[in-house]
Amino acid sequence: MSLIRDADLVLKPDRRPFAALYSRNIRAVIERGLMATRTSNAAIMISGFVEPVLYLLSMGIGLGALIGTVQGPEGTPISYAAYIAPALLTVSAMNGALYDSTINVFFKMNYGKLYQNMLHTSLGPLDVALGEIFLALLRGFLYATGFTIVMAAMGLITTWWALLMVPASVLIAFGFASIGMGITSYIRTFQQLDWVTFIMLPMFLFSATFYPLDVYPQAIQWLIQVLPLWHGVELLRQLSVGAFGVMTVVHVLYYVLMIGGGMMLTTNRLRALFLK
Amino acid sequence: MIQNPSRPAVIVADQLTKRYGDFTAVDSISFEVPAGESFGLLGPNGAGKSTTMRMIGGVSQRSGGTLSIMGLDPEQQGPEVRAHLGVVPQEDNLDQELKVRDNLIIYGRYFGLPMSYLRPKADELLEFAQLTEKSTARVDDLSGGMKRRLTIARSLINDPRVLLLDEPTTGLDPQARHILWDRLFRLKERGVTLILTTHYMDEAEQLCDRLIVVDQGRIMAEGSPAALIREYSTREVLELRFGADRNAGAADAVAGIGERIEVLPDRLLIYAHDGEAALDAVTARGLTPLTSLVRRSSLEDVFLRLTGRSLIE
Ligand SMILES: Nc1ncnc2c1ncn2[C@@H]1O[C@H](COP(=O)(O)OP(=O)(O)OP(=O)(O)O)[C@@H](O)[C@H]1O
Ligand SMILES: [Mg+2]
Repeated sequence: MSLIRDADLVLKPDRRPFAALYSRNIRAVIERGLMATRTSNAAIMISGFVEPVLYLLSMGIGLGALIGTVQGPEGTPISYAAYIAPALLTVSAMNGALYDSTINVFFKMNYGKLYQNMLHTSLGPLDVALGEIFLALLRGFLYATGFTIVMAAMGLITTWWALLMVPASVLIAFGFASIGMGITSYIRTFQQLDWVTFIMLPMFLFSATFYPLDVYPQAIQWLIQVLPLWHGVELLRQLSVGAFGVMTVVHVLYYVLMIGGGMMLTTNRLRALFLK
Repeated sequence: MIQNPSRPAVIVADQLTKRYGDFTAVDSISFEVPAGESFGLLGPNGAGKSTTMRMIGGVSQRSGGTLSIMGLDPEQQGPEVRAHLGVVPQEDNLDQELKVRDNLIIYGRYFGLPMSYLRPKADELLEFAQLTEKSTARVDDLSGGMKRRLTIARSLINDPRVLLLDEPTTGLDPQARHILWDRLFRLKERGVTLILTTHYMDEAEQLCDRLIVVDQGRIMAEGSPAALIREYSTREVLELRFGADRNAGAADAVAGIGERIEVLPDRLLIYAHDGEAALDAVTARGLTPLTSLVRRSSLEDVFLRLTGRSLIE
């Protein structure tokens, strides 16, 4: 260990963009996250995968037996299970991403004090936010892969295009995670987090998840088409059978804009979120 | 006061202010810390010490004033400043999901340090913290003092040039405390600048070249421990115990003896140049304290004077 000289005590400013918030070390946050999963609760990890599978089994097979076939994206009839499976995958991507970016972040911030310890190092809030989002997406990727395998095993996949559901789920998760973290920056108490659940549930039930949108009056259809989940459900449903159209681009674009907006919000709120 | 005025200032705080809502926790304080100094912040609970430390560490945004750490503003250059900072926060914030040794390694990774550096460094720090046997234990399974030691060890992982220690020795046993003091002296010899808060006045006297006494977010006094004692206390102190509930009453009876009297719940302090003479004067008034003790003034007396409520000024 060498002697500290006066010259060592005059630091040069970092002139790169985001110097106040970012140290280009997302990797360390990810490394930490992976190391922590080794000791974390296996039940929670597995439940994220099992939940959509259980829905698929009960509703797809159970209700499917009553319903038979329904009209798929291209108008060709498909089994009810094949109809709802992409929707369930979308919902699971949304749930996982929102859980990780709201409740999980809120807890680590206020109770686990994890971010306090990260931010005493050269990490900046942007490193932490991006690292956490990456981990959430990695988890989403693994769940989506698992779910797609289950779909294949149940004979619900008939085209290679369906593999695109995996990256599309990650895109959807990214959209929700970036917005979720921005929302968390406004949250002060655990009770306020209940509002997040309160918004998620109706979206889950009404976004053409279990039946087509045209059962609703026009006004309600428009409302649902403004919300993000419907775009995700439709996107994955199209990919699952390889039926593309102009709307496919619109759905993808919706999420690209959502990610852009969400990341801008989150970046703007980083100080509020992490530096009190 | 500054030992080596030719050395540059590592920390310059100018009218530094922190408000929470309409409550002012740190009220426009200004101070400078030259390179290599060990600088103390003393003050009663809630004085604003930790808040100040957090602003220096760049994890809390100030509401007013300016701050420069090694020439940079921690709010504008947080990552760059913190790369050379070691922080021991008042409350341990270890990573509960990681093992003891992994806590050190991952913390080092946050600084972007390579594993080849971190592995031997972590082992050396575990040795220093006397936690080598616990290296694969869960953090939750450590005792309070062990957690404290791990937090202190962790703060050294990046060989910091400036070390912020917020009540580092709270909860440490005497042996661990001396190990830490020894380490701090060695760091100081290397030229590390130390910023320290403590509620142990003996520790402040031992460790600090210079200190400020803060109360309600304002600086009450500033100077070396010896200078503060000279300025704010007498040479000696006579401590008298009259027994529970009788100390306050006895204060009236001893009025006029010495230069100043301080009434504490359990004893009376008479500040006098000559403690023995003061004791003689007390006895001459026919008072019989249960115990009496003459000692030299310490930083504790300065602290009581500046932040307590003295009966007779
Ligand atoms: N997040 C916060 N929100 C509101 N008030 C706060 C917050 N943090 C600290 N305070 C207030 O600021 C004041 C100073 O707190 P601080 O923790 O700096 O005190 P301290 O000098 O470190 O005290 P102690 O010796 O007890 O550690 C206190 O009155 C405290 O209640
Ligand atoms: Mg404190």
